[in-house]
Amino acid sequence: MNSAMSNFDVIVIGGGHAGAEAASSAARVGVKTLLVTHKLETIGEMSCNPAIGGLGKGHLVREIDALDGLMGRAIDKAGIQYRMLNLRKGPAVRGPRAQADRALYRAAVQDLIFNHPNLEVMAGAVEDLVITGKGADKAVSGILLADGTKIGAKAVILTTGTFLRGLIHLGEKKIPAGRVGEKPAIGLSLTLEREGFQLQRLKTGTPPRLDGKTINWDACQVQPGDDPPIPFSFLTDKVEVRQIPCYITRTTKETHQIISDNLERSPMYSGQIESKGPRYCPSIEDKIVRFEGRDSHQIFLEPEGLDDDTVYPNGISTSLPEEVQEAFLQTIPGLENARIIRHGYAIEYDYVDPREMSQTLETRRLPGLFLAGQINGTTGYEEAGSLGLWAGANAALKTLGKDPFLLDRAEAYMGVMIDDLVSHGVTEPYRMFTSRAEYRLHLRADNADRRLTPKGRDFGLVGDERWQTFEKYTGDLEATRVKLESRNVSPNEAGKFGIRINRDGKRRNGVDLLSYAKVGFDDLVKIWPDLKGVHPRITEQLEIDAHYSGYMERQRQDIEAFRKDEGLIIPANLDFSSIPGLSNEQVERFNRARPENLGAAARIAGTTPAALSALLSHVKRKKLRKTA
Amino acid sequence: MTKGTETGTTIFALASGRGRAGVAVVRLSGPRAGQALKSLTGKDLPAPRLASLVEFSDPKEGAPLDKGLVLWFPGPDSFTGEDVVELHIHGSTAIIDKLSEVLSDLGLKPAEPGEFTRRAFENGKMDLTQAEGLHDLVLAETEAQRKQALYQLGGGLSEIYSSWRDQLVSCLADIEATIDFSDEEIPAGLMDRVGAGVEALKSGIENILGDFERGQAIRRGYKIVLLGPTNVGKSSLLNALAREEKAIVSDIAGTTRDAIEVHMDLAGYSVVLVDTAGLREAGDAIEEEGIRRTLGHAREANLKLLLCQASAWPNLSKDLEGHLGADAIVVLTKSDAVSGGSSVSKDRSGIERILISSETGQGLDELIKKLEARAVKVLETSAPAGLTRVRHKQALGEALEALGRFQGHDLAATDPAILAEDLRLASRAMASITGEVGVEEILGKIFSQFCIGK
Repeated sequence: MNSAMSNFDVIVIGGGHAGAEAASSAARVGVKTLLVTHKLETIGEMSCNPAIGGLGKGHLVREIDALDGLMGRAIDKAGIQYRMLNLRKGPAVRGPRAQADRALYRAAVQDLIFNHPNLEVMAGAVEDLVITGKGADKAVSGILLADGTKIGAKAVILTTGTFLRGLIHLGEKKIPAGRVGEKPAIGLSLTLEREGFQLQRLKTGTPPRLDGKTINWDACQVQPGDDPPIPFSFLTDKVEVRQIPCYITRTTKETHQIISDNLERSPMYSGQIESKGPRYCPSIEDKIVRFEGRDSHQIFLEPEGLDDDTVYPNGISTSLPEEVQEAFLQTIPGLENARIIRHGYAIEYDYVDPREMSQTLETRRLPGLFLAGQINGTTGYEEAGSLGLWAGANAALKTLGKDPFLLDRAEAYMGVMIDDLVSHGVTEPYRMFTSRAEYRLHLRADNADRRLTPKGRDFGLVGDERWQTFEKYTGDLEATRVKLESRNVSPNEAGKFGIRINRDGKRRNGVDLLSYAKVGFDDLVKIWPDLKGVHPRITEQLEIDAHYSGYMERQRQDIEAFRKDEGLIIPANLDFSSIPGLSNEQVERFNRARPENLGAAARIAGTTPAALSALLSHVKRKKLRKTA
Repeated sequence: MTKGTETGTTIFALASGRGRAGVAVVRLSGPRAGQALKSLTGKDLPAPRLASLVEFSDPKEGAPLDKGLVLWFPGPDSFTGEDVVELHIHGSTAIIDKLSEVLSDLGLKPAEPGEFTRRAFENGKMDLTQAEGLHDLVLAETEAQRKQALYQLGGGLSEIYSSWRDQLVSCLADIEATIDFSDEEIPAGLMDRVGAGVEALKSGIENILGDFERGQAIRRGYKIVLLGPTNVGKSSLLNALAREEKAIVSDIAGTTRDAIEVHMDLAGYSVVLVDTAGLREAGDAIEEEGIRRTLGHAREANLKLLLCQASAWPNLSKDLEGHLGADAIVVLTKSDAVSGGSSVSKDRSGIERILISSETGQGLDELIKKLEARAVKVLETSAPAGLTRVRHKQALGEALEALGRFQGHDLAATDPAILAEDLRLASRAMASITGEVGVEEILGKIFSQFCIGK
């Protein structure tokens, strides 16, 4: 069966977190979009731990939400234990996190995807990409399904997660699979290979899943969530889902002994797996080998749902053989009689060197093909969702002939991540941390909407409901700020209300007062009682802005300098080897990373000021010739 | 290159080569160039693009600096497209250093490598020929800086710098671990460790800044040490060289058994010539001390002159044999006492040597040329010492400011994001000295130290 070409503007392959966001953002931009996935019922599946957010990751979810994506809204319909990490630390490094009811989360994502304007969804196995043209005119023009159906598209987004030549390792066993019980994607890997893409292998792991009915909870420590839970989405006023706690237990010396005794049976140590796993998400085998001195590691027992007895023991990811997993679990307090529902395993999969992509996440090798999610060498739902949103928006904008949707390192964590990926590539699965963001005090989870929603609106990503909510909120915020700025007190007057400041006789306005570490909005209400009743989100924003105000000016200057370098665009077709005076090594570096501007070039490891100057002079000279 | 070119800053740099010359040119570029010129001269701006003779003085102290030509190029008709001032001053290290300090005090920044050229590019002022030459130019500049960092600041300092870097990485790793991995099992008391690390770093920087102030490291000069047995003619040579140059700045005489230092000027570079106590079996405690000092000087020497009577060649005294090497020249003295020059050619090929007579002056010119060549080889490759020093000083000053802010916080009660920001600012300020500290390095340190990961 051969149906007509160009049925869709954008086709998204894969229904995971990257795929769902990609399909939604392309459709939001307003183009005709199709999502193809193996099974419709696994759209929005959480294949690994049942949680969303965390440090750096929570920032990404808020950014997805600020751009009207799905993840924040979905988790707020599924979160069963919320914790704002670093709550007692500064607002810039607070990260929202929530345990999810796996089924509720999946349902929430599916509800959004199945009822999405401009978006069609179908089940099917994609075998190959349809490629038209030759040489420089080569481009993706659609997909070929296993049953021979061809579907045309102007752009295709691959979000295959761990499915590309996925290989599960469980002790000495090797099982080709994308997830347990699901076939890997072999055909698409071959397609990418045939087209000359640099495919490499990464590894990740997962712990055994336990039956909660067989856990002795009394032996574990309770870890309650926040009360009340702080929602992820700027659109959620209140989380309605019932909240339950998590539990903590620990490995023992006996656990460590069993694991040490069986190390050579772990594929990580027997040499069966050679690819690299993440340093920040080590298997329990890894922890015991690398931190020999410690006789215990903590394990979070995370329920997978309200009506689901499955428990995810976070902290003991392993690929040891089944019987070893069973043996070591019995040595852990509370888990002595725990029944394993599914054993832990490691999975190896293909990813494409992210330096193959431009800033829009389109591959340079094959125009029209975009990549998002673990195929980019990342890990995590939040990273995948962000990449999906970005790729979906840009694929759609490209089919419309519009400017790309880009955010730089000073605008968003997304911008930091994508710049890191396409400039430096990866050596382990890339995960977001707040320490990766140079402008951390500015890029906060609490102000993601103020940073991104207006730009998202400009590009058509943000719908009316969110926009109206946002306008109302920022309007109120500014009105309150103006109110604070227009009132002032002397140190003496402030003292009468218990606010102690320098007695220099200088009058200070409300915003000035807030910048004192010990002064909060409540103190201002004491002075000006009519401020009572201002929405907590607004008072919080004013407090946070004032808290960092001393550092903001310095950061603003930094950002200005940074933007200047970013503004010097390097032509996409520049032949770096034609630049006089560049060493071969440097040409190689530039060729691999294909920096799109001077700032990106400067961030490539090993690049010298001399090389940058040579590059700059060449680019400027070309411009002169063009205008001459 | 990602920083140092903020809009609005005014930069300066020595535009001519380093070393003694008739004239040195210091170039200023940026919106405050004109104001700086007015401050230096106490007069209105001169007519654009016309040379005028003025007196420069330190606006703070009013003390005269130098007399020279100035050129005023209001933007955009200038090399960089910004307001540019060229100061043509006398080419002495002391004057250049002092001027650099004064310009820094006026709020100008020492230029980053290639920054003038870069500004010129950005403002579309660079023509094609200049563009072709840019690469080499900038390369030379940065190479020199690297060498400068290694040489001018001495081997000891580079160790200190790398220890600062380690300290910075450790502090940043500890603080970032408490932020990014707060839900992991991170040991308690990390903030105390950071506090102690910052204190150590800060006092280390303060010490070095003290050294900068005293100018010890740099003003010491290129050190040439005369070694040889007693009565070989070391003092005669010293006097002959000093007379030849007629440039004795100071001579500090100790006892006859101690070293004598003569500061002189060779090819525009400051050189210290040290005459040492003769090397021989010590006769008494004082002489023993003298010989110990001699050996101390020899260790610090950039160049050793091993003196040996021409009549004794090719036999060197046992003490001297140990000093032979690339940093030594054998000087065969009292050539007037041997016939012809035959003895000089007697074997031991491979050893650089020269035959002289302080009495007749034979070989002295040639020796001076050799000394100049050696000194130039070492010193000329270094970047403008004074400017670099000023830049380092400024960078360290900024770092100290950030570290001071850090220490001003109550570590237990302050938002760690703010504490980390101060450390990051310190780290960024020090990047030109310690090299950039990248996030991967910090994460690597965290993962190697703490068991991270659920």
